[in-house]
Amino acid sequence: MATFRFREPSIIPGFRLTFGFTIFYLMVIVIIPIAGLFLKTFELDWQAFYPIISGPRFLAALKLSFGASLLAAMFNAVIGVLVAWVLVRYEFPGRRALDAMVDLPFALPTAVAGISLASIYSPNGWIGSLFAPFGIKIAYTPLGIWIALVFIGLPFVVRSVQPVLQDFSKEIEEASATLGASRPQTISRVMLPALLPAILTGFSLAFARAVGEYGSVIFIAGNLPRQTEILPLLIVFRLEEFNYAAAAAIAAVMLVASFIILLAINLIQVWSQRRFGNG
Amino acid sequence: MTLKRSSLVVAAAIAATVQFGGLGLAFAQDALTNVSYDPTRELYRKYNDAFTKHWKETTGRDVTVTATHGGSGSQVRTVIDGLPADVVTLALASDILAAEEAGLIEPGWQSEFPKNSSPYYSTIVFLVRSSNPKNIKDWDDLIRDDVEVITPNPKTSGGARWNYLAAWAYELDRSGGDENAAKDFVAKLYANVPVLDSGARGSTNTFVKNGTGDVLLAWENEAFLALEELEPGSVEIVVPKFSILAEPPVAIVDKNVDEKGTRELAKAYLDYLYSPEGQKIIASSYYRPQHPEHADPEDVARFPDLKLITIDEFGGWKEAQSKHFGDGGIFDQIYSSN
Repeated sequence: MATFRFREPSIIPGFRLTFGFTIFYLMVIVIIPIAGLFLKTFELDWQAFYPIISGPRFLAALKLSFGASLLAAMFNAVIGVLVAWVLVRYEFPGRRALDAMVDLPFALPTAVAGISLASIYSPNGWIGSLFAPFGIKIAYTPLGIWIALVFIGLPFVVRSVQPVLQDFSKEIEEASATLGASRPQTISRVMLPALLPAILTGFSLAFARAVGEYGSVIFIAGNLPRQTEILPLLIVFRLEEFNYAAAAAIAAVMLVASFIILLAINLIQVWSQRRFGNG
Repeated sequence: MTLKRSSLVVAAAIAATVQFGGLGLAFAQDALTNVSYDPTRELYRKYNDAFTKHWKETTGRDVTVTATHGGSGSQVRTVIDGLPADVVTLALASDILAAEEAGLIEPGWQSEFPKNSSPYYSTIVFLVRSSNPKNIKDWDDLIRDDVEVITPNPKTSGGARWNYLAAWAYELDRSGGDENAAKDFVAKLYANVPVLDSGARGSTNTFVKNGTGDVLLAWENEAFLALEELEPGSVEIVVPKFSILAEPPVAIVDKNVDEKGTRELAKAYLDYLYSPEGQKIIASSYYRPQHPEHADPEDVARFPDLKLITIDEFGGWKEAQSKHFGDGGIFDQIYSSN
């Protein structure tokens, strides 16, 4: 273990300046707003706080928000790797255009995304009308929420996996094959362990974004209490009642829950790095 | 040495800011911000042009009017949180009351302008599919098992509160004042709602564009807009025999105009809404004018007569708001009981 030295001699100096800026920036942008959120929450005593976070409506929304976000992030983890694989490994006409298109969900205003998705997946929309004859409703159901979350989360996985895949040399696959591994073995024992940290990073980013997503979901969700009502909407209700403390309380619970899940993902990441070596 | 150089940079930056700040002031002209709600977009686009012209003619000064639109409740929050609005023109008095409680608007604003400070009014009507396949005529039909009703969430949408109160008032009137019957009625009505959008425009979209539901409860002005501008021929308006008088009030944001010195301009802006030109624009934007004699007769002919109940029958907005839409209010109760 090297002892920590405050000013490491470096080719590019400026630790103090950059560190100071980093701390200042994080204070202003992240720490102060979040501290404010928790301070607002502490305006409530337990008697006021507990009913807010224990009602059946809150619990249903909590389950829906986190459940749909996890499922969407998992789906994106699989499809995102596939997309990244295709973009990295194959040459085909229009590859660059396709590559650029992956970022569109980042660029599109979320309300626009939500309204478009709702029109496409509603019973008389392009895709919704294909499913309507079988009695499958997509828009205004939890399924619709999941689709919106998949839409906004996809770029995170693709963009985290892509560079790792690019650096992953084909020779390793060939070596694995010459040493007698079957194709599934090469994928599961050689490629996936190397990609896992990147996949997990993409997964957590997609998940975190999905939990807080409001704009795109609200138009396709249906917003029925205990059925298709997401947690951020409950926060908006409290704001409409000018009950800022209750809104902050819900947000704080979301934040803590997200933090626990992201921490768990981080631990898996550390574990996998130890187990399989650096990805 | 470095210190000197960096302080030079800072000095230059400050100088530049001051320079451009001054430049901004030199070009300043009259400016007014109107924070409004969703369905008034078309009305205020036309009205702002007319007012700009009127202001130039009467004072010789140029004015830039900026209007912002959105859900009434979130709009008033932007003002409370510091958006320097000169006037607010919102969906309901309770949102302006919130600004009054925040100390931005002085009490008594509702008598500052004629007609409860409401230069226009509207009501809640039904929008149904073309040729009314479900034969929806009145409020009774909305609680039938085979009818799907589209209305936004009264928790987030000002318009939706009028919808809810109109339904409540209908049953209260029909049952001779039985509040339990009224509560059952709205509970049944909301059991028929498959999608609770967060705002009026979202609901219109769900109904007209996405083809969900049999009937949309809408502001009359929004219904006309959907009829004539969004999807001609696919929907039609049904006017119930009984509805609510929806008065979207206007007010000067006293604290902001006093700080900016724009009171005169703000007052002129709202006064002009009551002028013959203002009333004419109002009627052509599908709002009911307070002075129909100034509007085009064909615009006025669009508005059928119906029995309109006022918010005073609910004891005013303050009371209606906390009783029906507050945390744990009747709207919350109907969703936790069914």
